[in-house]
Amino acid sequence: MGEFRLPSLGADMEVGTIIEWRVRPGDRVHRGDIVAFVDTEKSDIEVEVFEDGIIEALLIEPGIQVPVGTVLARIAPAGEAGRSAAPAAPPVATPAPTKRRTKRPTPKLLTPKRPAPNRPTPERPATIRAGDGFVRASPLARRRAAAAGVDLTDARGSGPSGAVLATDVEQMTTRPSEARRSTTPAAPERASVVDRQGAMRHAIGALMARSKREIPHYYLATTIDLGPSMDWLAGTNVARPPAARLLPAALLLKATAIASQRVPAMNGMFRDRFEPASGVHLGVAIALRGGGLIAPAIHDADRLPLDELMAALRDLVQRARAGALRSSEMADPTITVTNLGDQGVDEVFGVIYPPQVSLVGFGKIAHRPWAVDGLLGVRPLVRATLAADHRASDGHDGARFLAAIDALLQQPEAL
Amino acid sequence: MNTSDARSLLARLLHRIAPEIDLVTVDDDALLRDDFDLDSMDFLNLVTALHDETGIEVPERDYPQLATVGGFSAYVASASASHSR
Repeated sequence: MGEFRLPSLGADMEVGTIIEWRVRPGDRVHRGDIVAFVDTEKSDIEVEVFEDGIIEALLIEPGIQVPVGTVLARIAPAGEAGRSAAPAAPPVATPAPTKRRTKRPTPKLLTPKRPAPNRPTPERPATIRAGDGFVRASPLARRRAAAAGVDLTDARGSGPSGAVLATDVEQMTTRPSEARRSTTPAAPERASVVDRQGAMRHAIGALMARSKREIPHYYLATTIDLGPSMDWLAGTNVARPPAARLLPAALLLKATAIASQRVPAMNGMFRDRFEPASGVHLGVAIALRGGGLIAPAIHDADRLPLDELMAALRDLVQRARAGALRSSEMADPTITVTNLGDQGVDEVFGVIYPPQVSLVGFGKIAHRPWAVDGLLGVRPLVRATLAADHRASDGHDGARFLAAIDALLQQPEAL
Repeated sequence: MNTSDARSLLARLLHRIAPEIDLVTVDDDALLRDDFDLDSMDFLNLVTALHDETGIEVPERDYPQLATVGGFSAYVASASASHSR
């Protein structure tokens, strides 16, 4: 008997709410299949299953907020073949007692593009939206609404976290005008409009405070001559249509990934003690339009050919902004890169994402005077920085790491 | 395609990348990257979408000409003229 629990999708996640199940009891699932769409404080995440089997029962209804570690579904092993593929389930964190909350610290989200008030405005229907026109609703409510031709965005949800229930849809179909006019009298907790901006700010703040409190950071910086990389990139891209072009970020990420593999003290997790990671799952800090930040992982980035890494980056940025990341991408980055060059700053000294042990920053690529072989020339330069955890490494390791990134970027054709 | 058509096209393409941008209210000299907060990935997606829609393939060396709303519109109008010839 397998239990499918709500995984921790990043160290800052304490609770999650199922928006929608993507499977039904009796469905056969394989490791990596997406089984549920879950709303966390930072994003909507597609949650993957960690074992093969047959869905036996779904235990948590959409719309109900539960702590990390809650059993969401029971999965029966799918015969002898299913068992052998199962062991690599990620650690399931149970929230520490001190962090357990009965209520969300901040009211929950509305659509990210429209900053929501922190409380439901009485004159408007308290609708929970988790993205572009997405409304939190029970599957039955969805079916009823579809059958009745009712727009769920107009519904006032009376379910947990404001989820639209079948009864709400029935009310709309029988008394539409009243349902639309109806206010939210004394039920703010049941129909709370969610402010994702506030929730995300809280999540980022809590995680970064923990990082600064617990991690003895040290910082290093170096200037890297990107002449060879930029020349190689221009020569490569000139023959390519826009869809196949590479960005400098792809080279920076690949070089960082390879260097992480060469200097293992940078790549891994600190839980009581440093555990180096076997693979390089490169977290990429992605700024979300309208504010906020999310850092999902590109898996095995050190082994991906550049074109594939670029495609993965493009896909990841798009999905991060559309709110469609996957649980595996959120759960296991082993080192993170932040690239603020596009915003025009020269360098960024990052705050490490716990439980990771280092964060690499790249500033803008700028043409500046630079001496090469005793001659002064103008070269495209970038400032690379490292924030690293002194419990896992010393400055010496960090310096080797930055030097490795530099050396790799001098031979872009080998990346 | 004249520059006005090109501006409408830009508005449509930008809407997919950054839905909050309203091109009607901006000047021709508005900078795509700075004023609309487009990063290099957004810009590449814009150039890719332009290619998909019109067949106009902007080489990287021409990117600076597309830095502003007016520059983009003028470039696309002129490129579409030579493209269709």
